[in-house]
Amino acid sequence: MDLISAVENSQLRKDIPDFRPGDKVQVAVKVVEAGRERIQVFEGVVIRRRGSGLSETFTVRKISNGVGVERIFPLHSPKIAAIKVLSRGKVRRSRLYYLRNLKGKAARIKERR
Amino acid sequence: MPKAILGKKIGMTQIYTEDGAAIPVTVVEAGPCPVVQQKTEEKDGYNAIQIGFGEVADKHVNKPLKGHFAKAGVEPRKYIREVRCPDGDLPEVGSEIKVDVFSEGDRVDVTGISKGKGFSGVIKRWNFNRGPMSHGSMYHRRVGSLGATDPARVFKNRKMPGRYGHEQVTISNLEVVKVDPEKNMLLLKGSVPGNKGSLLYIKETSKKSK
Repeated sequence: MDLISAVENSQLRKDIPDFRPGDKVQVAVKVVEAGRERIQVFEGVVIRRRGSGLSETFTVRKISNGVGVERIFPLHSPKIAAIKVLSRGKVRRSRLYYLRNLKGKAARIKERR
Repeated sequence: MPKAILGKKIGMTQIYTEDGAAIPVTVVEAGPCPVVQQKTEEKDGYNAIQIGFGEVADKHVNKPLKGHFAKAGVEPRKYIREVRCPDGDLPEVGSEIKVDVFSEGDRVDVTGISKGKGFSGVIKRWNFNRGPMSHGSMYHRRVGSLGATDPARVFKNRKMPGRYGHEQVTISNLEVVKVDPEKNMLLLKGSVPGNKGSLLYIKETSKKSK
């Protein structure tokens, strides 16, 4: 077990802000396109965090042109340039799958203070 | 110098490459393995070395083995395995084989004892297909026909249910992702046979590189 954590610790990122399901985040992703690297921003609500250690991932959901889009990011991936927390949401469960069946006003999340 | 070592499976995790790809790796604690005996063409009919690995309590080593280890001037080890060296270039008795015989990017074959699966049916054990689950088939995961009626017996080696697993398995052509001589650690891409803590025999692959 010790060796595994030694392998993982060297790659764990320390610059990740504290965020939870229900929070609205802005994820900056490095994209290599035609040999050039640029940064693409994906903004939405975190609907789940799963796993632990190096293999932890989180899912961000947004509505794009009226279509729901979900994207799963590995939390410690070097492809993530930055994660910015825009607002903190008040939710009562850790997996917000119920948002998939809601839209518009009903899909709002109360702000946590 | 043979490219082979004994190790212990620690477990699996994943690491990220520089371009962001996550690759699954098995963590192996390998070596250092002292050479306990040399076997030579003249004396034994073939060239090989005997290497030891793993700690063992003194009370678990019997007298003949204690003598064998004492002759080599090596602390008793839990496991002893032989490594063939066809080229006849044998390391000295008492010298140690460490993980640095391998380097990043090497391809290796890993041999171990697979996890025991108990008494398993033919679908798990021999990759048979199952019958339909519905429409009253009543024939779900059964063995099926054992052969024709004419021989009036079942031929030998018919694939049937039985004990599965806990057998020697070799996974070939795994890539060495990382070598850490300080921690005696190897990272291999993909999975290897056996439970955590089980013995692994790692050697240079027999497959040709493309």
